[in-house]
Amino acid sequence: MSIFIDNSTRLIVQGITGRDGSFHAKQMMEYGTQVVAGVTPGKGGQTFEGKVPVFNTVAEAVAETGANATVIYVPPAGAADAMFEAADAGVPFIVCITEGVPVLDMTRVRPYVMEKGSRLLGPNCPGLLSPGKSKVGIIPGHITQPGNIGLVSKSGTLTYEVVYKLKVAGLGTTTCVGIGGDPINGTSFIDCLAAFEADPDTEAVVMLGEIGGTDEQEAARYVKENMKKPVVGFIAGQTAPPGRRMGHAGAIISGSAGTAEEKMQAFRDNGIGVARRPLDVVGLIQDAL
Amino acid sequence: MNIHEYQAKELLVAQGIPVPMGEVATTPEEAEAIAQRLGGAVVIKAQVHTGGRGKAGGVKLAKSPQEAREKAGQILGMDIKGLTVHKVLVAPAEDIASEAYVGIILDRASHAPVWMVSAAGGVDIEEVAVTDPDKIIKLPVDPRYGFLPHQAYLLATKLYPEVKQQRAAAQILLKLYKAFVEAGASLAEINPLITTPAGEVKAIDAKFNIDDNELFRRPAIEALRDDTSEAPAEVQAREANLTFIKLDGDVGCVVNGAGLAMATMDLVKYYGGEPANFLDIGGSSNPEKVVNALRIITSDPQVKVILFNIFGGITRTDDVANGIVTAMGQSKIEVPIVIRLTGTNEEIAVKILADAGFTALTDMDEAVQKAVELAKGTVSS
Repeated sequence: MSIFIDNSTRLIVQGITGRDGSFHAKQMMEYGTQVVAGVTPGKGGQTFEGKVPVFNTVAEAVAETGANATVIYVPPAGAADAMFEAADAGVPFIVCITEGVPVLDMTRVRPYVMEKGSRLLGPNCPGLLSPGKSKVGIIPGHITQPGNIGLVSKSGTLTYEVVYKLKVAGLGTTTCVGIGGDPINGTSFIDCLAAFEADPDTEAVVMLGEIGGTDEQEAARYVKENMKKPVVGFIAGQTAPPGRRMGHAGAIISGSAGTAEEKMQAFRDNGIGVARRPLDVVGLIQDAL
Repeated sequence: MNIHEYQAKELLVAQGIPVPMGEVATTPEEAEAIAQRLGGAVVIKAQVHTGGRGKAGGVKLAKSPQEAREKAGQILGMDIKGLTVHKVLVAPAEDIASEAYVGIILDRASHAPVWMVSAAGGVDIEEVAVTDPDKIIKLPVDPRYGFLPHQAYLLATKLYPEVKQQRAAAQILLKLYKAFVEAGASLAEINPLITTPAGEVKAIDAKFNIDDNELFRRPAIEALRDDTSEAPAEVQAREANLTFIKLDGDVGCVVNGAGLAMATMDLVKYYGGEPANFLDIGGSSNPEKVVNALRIITSDPQVKVILFNIFGGITRTDDVANGIVTAMGQSKIEVPIVIRLTGTNEEIAVKILADAGFTALTDMDEAVQKAVELAKGTVSS
């Protein structure tokens, strides 16, 4: 098993005729993902790569193809509306890859999508990959293999680094999820941890966090209170200078400066193995399994 | 993006918030002329993108135009936390009866803008947050319906006992929310919001942080950017679409992706070195980015070694290799380079580099250790 996507995932690519959308649509198809439709307003009726029909609207794409997931490669100016549109069309799983979506837009998109009953992953995330089954987003397919580890991360290339190190050590993943590091997004660490806990094939979980905010601390408490499976964590930004991303008000409101040290302590306090280096994740996970 | 106090105040004035505005001076003579025009005592305030200006001596009271000239002369050119003061705001000095704090911030945990107000305002709001958090009142706003008048009035009643001041403050809060949204801000605060002995409510200092993701659709806000207020290398990096933050160490780092860039810096430290910078060349494959990255890093005289750490997923490592070779051809780079490449088109990249006389490593830990040893001078390249 895997979480969020598998062999039954029927995917729409919003922005399929754009530079990034077309490149990654091809990559996903080569991996074996069922890309059933593309959407680009004004280009309905075209066919992508000789087999994928392109529609003007997401609603039309869903009606014609029975798609149950969508991935968005639309530039920032149109990304919020692309997410609203996918939710309006009733797509249950929406992944937004776009980097640079204004945070104020996300304060409106997030509650809207949730009220429609859809799950949103991202924005500004690499998407997710269930090895051997389906890949939605931009995570390179060849760097991980099927296995029994669930991985959830705020980062892109750091995720690649870690799953690749696991692969070299002979380990693989059920699903590898990049939730993105934007201040306001759809799916949280906790959502993924809950899904991994419920997935019978996942036997241990790797959580890769970074400085800023309190998501990792909350996730750590969740692990202690709700999870039986072992969790191993790493926090990037142990040497980052404080206060570069957000001033005092950010620290005041959360009652926390969001430093790496604080997050690693929260991991330790809640029974999560803490890797000092990305490489140490491998040893910790081997011990946990 | 940060903007200056005087620019933030202009945003408030545009909404009709009462602000004793004053004018900006770049020379002591201008400061004197402004003080003359304003009449009475003035406050001279350094315009730099950092807090703690007052404690650093960047805010001074002047009782006469002559004194304004003198004080402006002391502040202009001053260094505050590494930033040179190029401008001062000369504002009328106000008699203060009380000081409050009002601010709105995009809050991760609430997934919404959240108000914070406190009757205990002034310079020590951060301390209040630590020692007496109950004195700060918080209220999240549902951005789909906006900040509602009764909410503004509710917050105002927590600040002032008198009805007249409550009404004035409620209007100011509604206008500040409008300014926050229209600027695409992630933070907008007035600190202090004062009352005068006559009972008027006024904004004496203001701070806005702008969400960088908003700038593409807000050219008027983008135009407020002041390049002289940032480190030159950071301006260069932004223009080249790179994310760069200067640090104090000597191991220059070029990495793709923010998370891996931070993890690389952490690993440099882990092996006993000090990173010279955070530099994310992003996800796209463009040799030009590598050329620009190398130019920015080598302009830092502290850098003793340059470490590339590239995990090719979307980024093609052969493009990065081409960038390295091009950059080396364009300028003579005096410091040793350690290159770690793995992932997409790795074999081609290694060949490109080998043909140009470079060795590429594939293991991150090995590459970082080597870079740290080179920086310390314990090995030679």
